[in-house]
Amino acid sequence: MCLAIPVKVIEVGADDTAIVDLGGVTKEISLALLADVQVGDYVILHVGYALSKLDPEEAEKTLALFAELNQAGMAA
Amino acid sequence: MKYIDEFRDGELAKNLAASIGAAVEPGRSYSFMEFCGGHTHAISRYGLSDLLPPTIRMVHGPGCPVCVLPIGRVDMAIDLALKQGVILCTYGDTLRIPASDGLSLMKAKARGGDIRMVYSTIDALQIARDNPDREVVFFAIGFETTTPPTAVAIQQAETEGLSNFSVLCCHVLTPSAISNILESPEVRQWGTVPLDGFIGPAHVSTVIGSRPYEFFAEEYRKPVVIAGFEPLDVMQAILMLVRQVNEGRAEVENEFSRAVSRDGNLKAQDRVAEVFELRREFEWRGLSVVPYSALKIRQKYAAFDAERRFKLDYRSVPDNKACDCGAILRGVKKPQDCKLFGTVCTPENPIGSCMVSSEGACAAHYSYGRYKDAA
Repeated sequence: MCLAIPVKVIEVGADDTAIVDLGGVTKEISLALLADVQVGDYVILHVGYALSKLDPEEAEKTLALFAELNQAGMAA
Repeated sequence: MKYIDEFRDGELAKNLAASIGAAVEPGRSYSFMEFCGGHTHAISRYGLSDLLPPTIRMVHGPGCPVCVLPIGRVDMAIDLALKQGVILCTYGDTLRIPASDGLSLMKAKARGGDIRMVYSTIDALQIARDNPDREVVFFAIGFETTTPPTAVAIQQAETEGLSNFSVLCCHVLTPSAISNILESPEVRQWGTVPLDGFIGPAHVSTVIGSRPYEFFAEEYRKPVVIAGFEPLDVMQAILMLVRQVNEGRAEVENEFSRAVSRDGNLKAQDRVAEVFELRREFEWRGLSVVPYSALKIRQKYAAFDAERRFKLDYRSVPDNKACDCGAILRGVKKPQDCKLFGTVCTPENPIGSCMVSSEGACAAHYSYGRYKDAA
């Protein structure tokens, strides 16, 4: 029910709308619930609405954490 | 797809499993509740429990809106469709929930009810615009993730003067459900459900932020790690919980920092606060009547409240006697403990709500884990 997916904003339109790309499929969504969205941003899409922006730096940090653990796990 | 595939890498999962295996202390057992159905689904689908040491037990929580929706609420929606002749718009999740008289929304549709599955409240509004002579009701269920889109729809309907649109509001609140579990006798007095920590919601937290969980960490001394819904997110969160338990810490940590902040989405929170207020009490399947655990539409938007417009009364309906959904939703029983599981109750013919949604504990176990027990 709370399922939501990261999508890339490729166009910001009028009336709080945007066009997003989901792995090649484009779709119009609503930006009524999220401020300051720019073209190129990744947003979390839920039932037609962008709910939050995805922070690429934080995503990298989390992925790096897995990699660090990867070494720790190998060592253990 | 970007930001999904990287978080499903099998090799990294194995190594995270090795890290968890190295982190657990010998002779100690760990019991964590994943609150959300999204996590339950990920754990089953990716076989995460097979990657965990036997001393870690994952307890499925009540964070599946379809599962906790009581029969009486579905009856109200069916009544609207069959007796009041409205166009009832609903997310697909609710269609197969068993209701009274052997009905479900799907069966009510087969009997002629004008029930339409929508992807978004935007679609429900469009149906109302296209059918000015018909009453259109949106059956709004879900936790804090799904509530803001309903608020937007109600405000949009007001702006446009869409007077044939209304909402049957069944939105519920995550923190109230967590409190209810922590206060339950199984956890507090009898200790039959040991709980050493929680995996906190992913998308609910994008809206409400991580702050609301701080109370549980402080007051109940339970660690909470907010995690994304991808398998590596869940593994990482389990590792973080194990470390907190080992170190005697009870803090709120955020594994899903790529999308969740401490304050959450303030714009969405404002919209919700503008349209909704706390309901004095709401019945949950499994948790019974929980005070201040759900939302209702404010007086200001009363014209869009289907309960007021159609003078609907909620009537509590007991679950099927043989169904263990209630105990499963409180973490007291596992799906395979229920004698209906996989026999008369299957995803094709669900008797209880936990078998309906793919994120329900029973449906998840039926789809991905049931042969493991036989092996």
